[in-house]
Amino acid sequence: MAERVIALIVKELLALWRDRKSRLILIVPPIFQMLVFSFAATEEAKNVRIVVLNRDSGTASRDLLARFEGSRTFTRIDHLGSDAELARAIDSRQALMALHIPPDFSREVSAGRPAKVQLVLDGRRSNAAQLVAGYSASIIDAYGADLPRKQDAPRPASVVVARTWFNPNLLSTWHSVPSLVAILTTLMGLVVTALSVARERELGTFEQLLVSPLSPAEIIVGKTAPALLVGISEATVMILVGVFAFHIPLHGSLPLLYGAMVVYLLAVIGVGLFISALSKTQQQAILGAFVFMVPAMLLSGFASPIENMPDWLQYVSYANPIRYFMVIVKGIFLKDMPAAVAIGYLWPMAIIAAVTLSAATWLFRRRME
Amino acid sequence: MSSASSSPLASFLRVLGLVRKESLQIARDPSSYLIAGLLPLVLLFLFGYGVSLDLRRVDIGVVVEQTTPEAESLITAFRNSPYFRVRVARNRRQFEDELVAGRLKGLVVLASDFADRLGEGGTAPIQVIVDGAEPNTAGLVSFYVQGVWATWLADEAVSRTGLAARTPAARISIEPRYWFNAELRSQNFLVPGSIAIIMSLIGTLLTALVVAREWERGTMEGLMATPISRAEFLLGKLLPYFFMGMVAMGLAATAAVLLFAVPFRGSVLALVGVSAAFLLAMLPLGLLISTLTRNQFAASQAALIAAFLPAFELSGFIFEIDSMPAAIRAITYVLPARYFVPCLQTLFLAGDVAEVLIPNTLALTAIATVLFLLLARATRMRLE
Repeated sequence: MAERVIALIVKELLALWRDRKSRLILIVPPIFQMLVFSFAATEEAKNVRIVVLNRDSGTASRDLLARFEGSRTFTRIDHLGSDAELARAIDSRQALMALHIPPDFSREVSAGRPAKVQLVLDGRRSNAAQLVAGYSASIIDAYGADLPRKQDAPRPASVVVARTWFNPNLLSTWHSVPSLVAILTTLMGLVVTALSVARERELGTFEQLLVSPLSPAEIIVGKTAPALLVGISEATVMILVGVFAFHIPLHGSLPLLYGAMVVYLLAVIGVGLFISALSKTQQQAILGAFVFMVPAMLLSGFASPIENMPDWLQYVSYANPIRYFMVIVKGIFLKDMPAAVAIGYLWPMAIIAAVTLSAATWLFRRRME
Repeated sequence: MSSASSSPLASFLRVLGLVRKESLQIARDPSSYLIAGLLPLVLLFLFGYGVSLDLRRVDIGVVVEQTTPEAESLITAFRNSPYFRVRVARNRRQFEDELVAGRLKGLVVLASDFADRLGEGGTAPIQVIVDGAEPNTAGLVSFYVQGVWATWLADEAVSRTGLAARTPAARISIEPRYWFNAELRSQNFLVPGSIAIIMSLIGTLLTALVVAREWERGTMEGLMATPISRAEFLLGKLLPYFFMGMVAMGLAATAAVLLFAVPFRGSVLALVGVSAAFLLAMLPLGLLISTLTRNQFAASQAALIAAFLPAFELSGFIFEIDSMPAAIRAITYVLPARYFVPCLQTLFLAGDVAEVLIPNTLALTAIATVLFLLLARATRMRLE
């Protein structure tokens, strides 16, 4: 029995490897994605273009603007002459923010009265706009704090200093690279399994598999093992790229990471086999894989935190295996997550794996009879 | 070639025949309904509800080493904040584990000398630790903690502890105005942006499979045996999917307005024009992939890599293009979605702004032209 299964595994791996295009697809895109997307997934605001409408001719506004010009966040600061120009700069997305300084600014500042500035922000990009607004506020506050004060003025309020654990410089690649390891592992594991049976069915070789002495369980094992091997090798390459090209610290235990990966891949492969057994053509299998993949990716906490979702959707996301794997991968990379903590995320994945694999086996049995 | 097969009427009939064949193939495969009808709605639904940048309550832990009236009052201030869900403990050890497990996003520690050090200026006598594994959330948590702290110091501390107010009025007051999206709802720009992703998917994934399928099943040779020309073949393949894409676009836009209450301030005509330009860039990309790979597995993967993932990550839909490194910004210029996303966001939230719509539509048309030329070159109506 073992020989038969091994023969099937070897055949599956050869089918993937011997086809030049499939081979290319397994190697090039994941690395390309890793290199491009981990840099792209940044939630900071950099290279921001702003415009200034300065109605004040005094020195105070010039000092304030000098601070904006000295900041590395704003790469381009254009000066405007009128409200109409300001409206056009925002409408046409030339600038994310417009800083409007009223005519009495310097007068109010030198008189020691509270002065006003207005920020006009593009709400079409309200996330980046909020970051830029916060950043501008800190520049303006710092300027205000440095202004000479009267003797009896109260001291400024104490400032909260936050320490950041696990990622002291808040580098976005430390978040995006481990997340991409999880996402790309999923993509590969899922697509390889989802297509394997559908392709056999479309090419007519599934009949041959059926007349062979292999039992449904053996076929399942023979289809699972190659996908597991492919998934693990892909993940290993990603981890190496993450550590050596991106210098992401890998603090935790590798055996724990690989153990979690096997459990996780089994859950994903179960889904892939289920889709495979259900579909009659490769097109259906690809679409099926997609219908699973996209929601799973969106509800994993990668693009936006799970806590931001409505409560009912958070409950739905408990069924999503990526959600747990993402926490484990990030935890092992950045936080040296101990096994005791990882177990809390492992057992839900184990349950999902058991459910998807048995559902796939059941469906195969039914289809083969 | 005989005159019958080269006359415009015969050519038109051949295209019509291929369109009919292709349409029947779409109509008789239940999975195409899934793609054109159900998938856009499901995706819009997921993007609309699942992706939100509006921070709801974040779980934080407050560690109180010694219970004093001041500490109690500060905890109440944190509990009343709309941004936090607060858990309180006396010992920080347990909460540190929760931070590692990712169940808490931040810790606020009130040391035993907290009340005594309240009157001092400079650094606040509270210790704040945030989870850097999610940099965006980490930044927001420390920002909101500062907010709660400053407000509490200004209001509560004065009345409860008799401390003199130590927060002076700011010397310069800042008035932020957010145009087009005054309530700062992230759905308002994420939902229109997600339409671009959905259309990328529909535009390329289906077309990526159609020519590869003909090659894989051997029906391509059957087509070659007919008098159909290269242009006719491509037209026959594109028209049904163009129509399908526009229907999906209409569905998605309607759902965005009716289900997600996103305003639509532009004109329908401009939306149709921009969407058509976008589809004309995406459809030949799919066919090109299909023609080059001749293999459905490779084609589907290539469509994912070339269309869906870039639309998701590099279009400016969720991650700002301006914040990316220069090399990656350069890549975004060849992506159709990069031009479509700002058009959609502008049409929905701002209106028909010619300065946004015209350059972006021109860029889409240029990409479409280049892709059509490449496609025409790659399409061979003969066996090698």
